[in-house]
Amino acid sequence: MTRLLDAHLVVDRGGFRLDLPLTVAPGEVVALLGPNGAGKTTALRALAGLHPLCAGHLTLAGRDLDRPGHRIWVPTERRPIGVVFQDYLLFPHLSALDNVAFGPRRHGLDRQQARQRAAGWLARMGLTEQARRKPRELSGGQAQRVALARALAVEPALLLLDEPLAALDARTRLDTRAQLHKHLAAHPGATLLVTHDPLDALVLADRLVIIEDGRVVQEGDATTITAEPRTEYVARLVGLNLYRGHATGHRVRLADGHVLTIGDRHDGEVFVAFAPAAVALHPHRPDGSPRNTWPATITGIQRHGDNLRIQLTGPIEVAADVTPAAAAHLELVPGQPVWVAVKATETRAYPAATATDATVD
Amino acid sequence: MPARRIGRARRVPVALLLPAAIGLLFLLLPLVGLLARTPWATLPQRLTEPGVLTALRLSVQTATLATLLCLVLGVPLAWLLARVPFPGRRLVRALVTVPLVLPPVVGGVALLLVFGRRGLVGSWLDETFGITVPFSTTAVVLAQTFVAMPFLIIAVEGALRGADTRYEEAAATLGAGRWVTFTHVTLPMVAPGVAAGAVLGWARALGEFGATITFAGNYPGRTQTMPVAVYLALETDLEAAIVLSLVLLAVSVVILASLRDRWVSAP
Amino acid sequence: MDWLTRRPTLRLTGSVNVVSTAKSCTRLRTTLAAVGVLAVLLVTGCADDRAEPPGADDGTGGELTVFAAASLTESFTRIGQDFQAAHGVRVTFSFAGSSTLAAQINQGAPADVFAAAAPAPMATVVDAGNAADEPVTFVRNQLVIAVPKGNPDGVTSLRDLTGPDRKVALCAEQVPCGAAARAALDAAGVALTPVTLEQDVRAALAKVRLGEVDAALVYRTDARAAAAEIDGVEFPESVEAINDYPIVVLTDATNPAAARAFVEYVRSDPGRAVLTSAGFQVP
Repeated sequence: MTRLLDAHLVVDRGGFRLDLPLTVAPGEVVALLGPNGAGKTTALRALAGLHPLCAGHLTLAGRDLDRPGHRIWVPTERRPIGVVFQDYLLFPHLSALDNVAFGPRRHGLDRQQARQRAAGWLARMGLTEQARRKPRELSGGQAQRVALARALAVEPALLLLDEPLAALDARTRLDTRAQLHKHLAAHPGATLLVTHDPLDALVLADRLVIIEDGRVVQEGDATTITAEPRTEYVARLVGLNLYRGHATGHRVRLADGHVLTIGDRHDGEVFVAFAPAAVALHPHRPDGSPRNTWPATITGIQRHGDNLRIQLTGPIEVAADVTPAAAAHLELVPGQPVWVAVKATETRAYPAATATDATVD
Repeated sequence: MPARRIGRARRVPVALLLPAAIGLLFLLLPLVGLLARTPWATLPQRLTEPGVLTALRLSVQTATLATLLCLVLGVPLAWLLARVPFPGRRLVRALVTVPLVLPPVVGGVALLLVFGRRGLVGSWLDETFGITVPFSTTAVVLAQTFVAMPFLIIAVEGALRGADTRYEEAAATLGAGRWVTFTHVTLPMVAPGVAAGAVLGWARALGEFGATITFAGNYPGRTQTMPVAVYLALETDLEAAIVLSLVLLAVSVVILASLRDRWVSAP
Repeated sequence: MDWLTRRPTLRLTGSVNVVSTAKSCTRLRTTLAAVGVLAVLLVTGCADDRAEPPGADDGTGGELTVFAAASLTESFTRIGQDFQAAHGVRVTFSFAGSSTLAAQINQGAPADVFAAAAPAPMATVVDAGNAADEPVTFVRNQLVIAVPKGNPDGVTSLRDLTGPDRKVALCAEQVPCGAAARAALDAAGVALTPVTLEQDVRAALAKVRLGEVDAALVYRTDARAAAAEIDGVEFPESVEAINDYPIVVLTDATNPAAARAFVEYVRSDPGRAVLTSAGFQVP
């Protein structure tokens, strides 16, 4: 696989350290996913040249843009990049057309050519009607597409998107996400999408890079990550209960001493994951087949799709999904003690020992 | 939605309305005083006296030139203060406002000490180029610029600091260098602030008296601006002074009102 | 007796108007109470200054306010001190251009005595009915050519001021020293184009002191006061432009007896001695 972007981003910023190896192939869309404060925006700013690296390197299309060890630094305006900012930052005094023409104009096209190219991009975005409008006269979705057109109009080797859908309402987001997917797929360069929304990442990206506290905690395609989360944050993103412990055969002893029974045999450090839907709640100690049962107390109840998600505390923290009917039948309320049961066959265990130093408390 | 907003009569709090009304009265009553003493019968004749038009033309010309000079020098300085961190920036920011607190006459003396025949710069200008600044129209413009520039700088710096710098970053990602970013993005976005500062500066320059009469002196057609003419008329003829003041007021109000509507899109 | 050298204070003619504003302020409702109180404090501060009980009518004790032309600043400050020592009347001066002072008096400024640098501003005060007596000329002043110390250009006459490179400052003709300069130049038959027409004699003198002009026509008294930096060149045509300084007690004087005593003192030998030493001529 050729690497269009080959970077090792190291940024120190007041006690926070970003240390992020990152590669993106031509045409590939990589999502940088992480909680607030994980360093996503810092990484994007470093790539854009809005924040210098302290160490490491940043090579794009074979050209060093930032390599502190060699005192190489290319300022933002000379980097072959395009950025879609979170709230778009369309220039309020320019029409949609002139916003899109701004980049081509700076890249050496004359006014006429720049406007022609801008008009072409607006047409691809279905915004020909809105070309003369000022940003304040555009809807959120339209503004998002103008911002995308503006970033793409300079034909960047690296397209950076910072939470591109965060400013939109839920309905618009659905349509815009689908359109964005189409345009990103058509972009021949590398694309890096920064987001905290797992759905954006899963739908739009070919590959996910998940960072926490400035470090990569997991990396891979959507299938792997949703199946085998390696941190509590990722597990929560994909909606799984996740534990780490030491496996001996079918038994996994967790750090706090609780023992889970798993379906497959494993030995050594493993993650154990199971869906909240796999968790059954009983008013009394259940007898019968489930190997994992323990008493727990309800700490919270939330709507989750058509079901209710019940948060429980006990020997281990766990989330359970139950139908409203079942919840009514069990008369579930916070503070109520219940019995938790998880079938061993519903659990999934996978080795924890990898290069990344992921831990679960 | 708007209908509801209009329908609900919004009461202006008395605690705001009363001081506002008193404030307005306080500002307008002196104008009423001037109007009350205006010799309306002889007004046309007084207005057509040649000295009036000469002083008025000089005032408008010099104030406009001073405003342009303020813009050329003051906007970059405001940008520097707002955007570029450098050691001693707070001190520089404080120093910029010195002409505001300095009595204008002192400002005029200070200008003489710099640009005068024996001044720091003036002596060099005199010896090298044979240029003497004091008592010239240039001196009037310099004096007005000196007192007006802080107004412009404060207004523009405030606008720049209020402006979102991320737009400048966005411009950079599109390939714009700092100069193009400044001219194509920053400046248009703070245009209302620049316009407000220019209007303030122009008004201050137009009314400038103390620094002008000290630094540029008084000579009809060359350095005698309207405020200087008013002051001297006051020595002998109160009514003439009032007429001159009214002319200055009328012209400035007309110009400012028309500019405000064009530049600062008033609600 | 304890007397202090009081700095000349410029009095504002608007204080009466301000008082009435403050009265209406105090009538305002609670929300404005703070503002009102502040305004009242400010204004009573002003009013107190003025409303001190007037001195005894026999001319001893009390307070006197004298409006005097700027060119009298040094002499009158001195005379005021002497007068206070002799009569126990505290004298407060307001020094400014005669025309400004005349305008202030005619607008109701509180003053007991007015000493002008020329008859014209005094005439406006008399015409407005603000003079209690007939003004009397107490000194005269004459123009000299003020040149930098040592007279580097060797100026000896008005004609020496007409060279093409000569920069000369005159007073504007609206003020007495300017009118006098015009009369003197006309008498000498000298056509002189000044670089500036200054608003008063001190400003003209300052331009010489700063080296911005080569010469200025100023009063002998002003040249003498600045003798450390300035030489005054006498010229014959100055007799054509002698300036009379009139003094008068004002109608609204709160302390007329002390005011008359002050005018008498100015015209007495000790007063004249101070004035002549400053360069004035006595009539």
